[in-house]
Amino acid sequence: MNNLRSSLSKLFQYPSAVAGIFVVLALIVVAAYAMITIPYSEAIRLWRGGEEVWYQNPRFAAPAWINYFSNQKYSESFAVNTTDGQVTKTVTPGSEGVSTIDMSYEFDYSYDVYPQELILYLKAAYNEKQPFVSVELLTPDNRTIRIGNFSVGNEFTYRFSQDEKLRTKLRTEEVIPALFSLPDSNQPLKGKYTLIIQGTTFEPDSDLSVEFVSHGQVFGWAGTDHARRDLVLPLLWGVPVALAFGLIASMGTSILTMIIAAVGAWYTGWVDELIQRITEVNLVLPFYALLIMIGTFYSRSIWVILGATIILSIFTGSIKAYRAIFIQVKESMYIEAAKAYGASSPRIIFLYLIPRMIPLLIPSLVQSVPAFVFLEASLAVIGLGDPVLPTWGKIIQDANSNGALYKGYYYWVLEPAMLLMITGLAFAFLGFALDRVFNPKLRDV
Amino acid sequence: MSVTAQVPVEKLTVKKSIANSSVLRVLRFSLKRLLTLFVTVVIGIYLTILIANMGGFVDEIIKGQIRDTVTQRVANNPNALQMEPELRKKLIEDQIALEEKRRGLNTPIAVRNFRYLSNALQLDLGRAINLTSDSGSKQVRLILLERLPATLLLMGTSQLFLFFSSIFIALSLSRKYGSFWDKLVIALSPTSAVPPWFYGIFLILIFSAALKILPFGGMVDSPPPPNTFDYSMSVLKHLTLPCLALILSSFFLSVYNYRTFFLIYSSEDYVDMAKAKGLPARDIERTYILRPTLPTIITNFSLLIITLWTGALFTETVFLWPGLGRTLFQAIGQYDTPIIVGSSIIFAYMLAMTVFLLDFVYALVDPRVKIGG
Repeated sequence: MNNLRSSLSKLFQYPSAVAGIFVVLALIVVAAYAMITIPYSEAIRLWRGGEEVWYQNPRFAAPAWINYFSNQKYSESFAVNTTDGQVTKTVTPGSEGVSTIDMSYEFDYSYDVYPQELILYLKAAYNEKQPFVSVELLTPDNRTIRIGNFSVGNEFTYRFSQDEKLRTKLRTEEVIPALFSLPDSNQPLKGKYTLIIQGTTFEPDSDLSVEFVSHGQVFGWAGTDHARRDLVLPLLWGVPVALAFGLIASMGTSILTMIIAAVGAWYTGWVDELIQRITEVNLVLPFYALLIMIGTFYSRSIWVILGATIILSIFTGSIKAYRAIFIQVKESMYIEAAKAYGASSPRIIFLYLIPRMIPLLIPSLVQSVPAFVFLEASLAVIGLGDPVLPTWGKIIQDANSNGALYKGYYYWVLEPAMLLMITGLAFAFLGFALDRVFNPKLRDV
Repeated sequence: MSVTAQVPVEKLTVKKSIANSSVLRVLRFSLKRLLTLFVTVVIGIYLTILIANMGGFVDEIIKGQIRDTVTQRVANNPNALQMEPELRKKLIEDQIALEEKRRGLNTPIAVRNFRYLSNALQLDLGRAINLTSDSGSKQVRLILLERLPATLLLMGTSQLFLFFSSIFIALSLSRKYGSFWDKLVIALSPTSAVPPWFYGIFLILIFSAALKILPFGGMVDSPPPPNTFDYSMSVLKHLTLPCLALILSSFFLSVYNYRTFFLIYSSEDYVDMAKAKGLPARDIERTYILRPTLPTIITNFSLLIITLWTGALFTETVFLWPGLGRTLFQAIGQYDTPIIVGSSIIFAYMLAMTVFLLDFVYALVDPRVKIGG
């Protein structure tokens, strides 16, 4: 116990180790948060969801915080509707079942870059006569732009930029910039805009509801990808996936390697010989090619890849290194003593040999985590990621295959890459410090 | 392994018997070693073939593809359209059978696995299933040979630079250990946990996307420049980023490892002794530090030579570098077993040869090592 405490205090002398511990703990907290707030099934539903889940989001939108660092302000996205009361709605009943429904939404527009698109999703309840709607936009300089009139079926979607009539009326090719600037100018007009929707229903229990969506140039904390998905989801869920893959793979590999090396060194003879031969065969096998083959031919499930990774990583050079040390340890007095009191072979292996090696095991375990975290990302980047799970590697692959760097969507690559880098380096720095603490031979040099 | 040359005449008989026993010992050792290595390679390659075939499932995929293409071909043939449906069906089945026979799919998978194995072991790499070389050949040997220069260029430049620069820098750091640069290298060594392709993405982002001074990927401009000078300049431009990525990702760890290694050897008593005698630092370094570390350096160098031939799978894929690593990746994607097996066997043979030769090299450079002893 004292030993452990002194090791820990030595460890805390390394600033990089302290930073590493801090980052690893933070990652664990984020992983727990992600798994609690977005349950697994929900995460997968959202990640695999298409237009019906993500219609409110713009495509290829950078994160909203870039506005703080940019001279040009990019318009933010929003989605409001009548159900949650953000769009005010007043119903005025008239005679013969005809009633007017006034809906309006006032919003602040103070951006330099116009939104990608404005969309109205209208829903109507009626028996025979479709409700009628007219839409206007009130600008800060008190102009009223008539957007259009239309009768609404059960569901009706109106996209501002697609409207031929509006284009002709505004005498422009691009509807959205024309709406948000003074006539005959290219400068955006900042201020309060009000969208006014006047509906008329012709039946007593007929009703209208509206959702107003602006696909801006920036979105949320992390931006969106080509499928309108909010990148917060895969970035958050990437944490538990990366941690699980890295930790399970490194623990499985290190512990199994150690046990097998101990068994070989203890029993010697054909057991040892067999382990040696398997190790040599494994060194001949092309590691990455085998993993890619397994990913391509058998299954891209992350658990299959994880299992294959562990199996292929057990019989490597480290088994020989451990074996050499075990053969030395085997001759120690305390092993003799254990043999003398009649301890069984498994007892000696698990209670006497292996515990002796834990100081060696811990640093190598922590140090091998980044390799596995990056392995999962590497496979995902060349298109062999788990088809279901949202991971960091998948984001980079999506970005790469959509030419993100070429088209300038840097956030799309940088966000997952930074997270991968932070995770990998945290474990690497911690493991490096642990190595120097637990292997005193290294500490002096 | 060899016996000292100058032996007094009266001890000739003794020498002879020593020589005999030495030769015998070395021979026995070599044979045993070669045999075990060969068996290792055979098992390794057989496993690779099994996985590359998926125990026969790849056959089903290929048979499906053949059925598709043959049916399409017959459907597009105007003469076949006028045939009786029965006759047309028979034509399709015949053609499928012919095509399957051409690809050798009519022999059972177990037999074919052994045929693959024995052909591979004799370095008869056969013909690719889907991939072709740029010159249009389906010979696996030609495909691999065509991609080899690209890989050798990329890996050779980066790995040789890495090897020599890290030994050189490590030596000078170990001379002044504890200095600022030494501490910097120690502090940065964990950054090598990041794989090269990952650095590659950042490099592409900075130099290609933001600064627009270097290309995103590939090996030469398209179309390739006509004269040799422009061509090599273009290759050089394309080479910079992948090369830099490969170097960046292992530089600090490599320097750190060599430096620690040299430091351990320079704290030996005989080095202190040499210093006390007043030998110049260069001589101490050459004869007392570098000499005992030679076996390790040679091992590292020979393993490096092997990696030159395997290429960098992920880095080549990210940079679209037309080398062996990317070819292997493409081959896997197209279920091209002969290419997978071909590149595996070359790797396996080279590794086995290196392991075998290293034993002798150790004995040559280190008088304490005795072969088969």
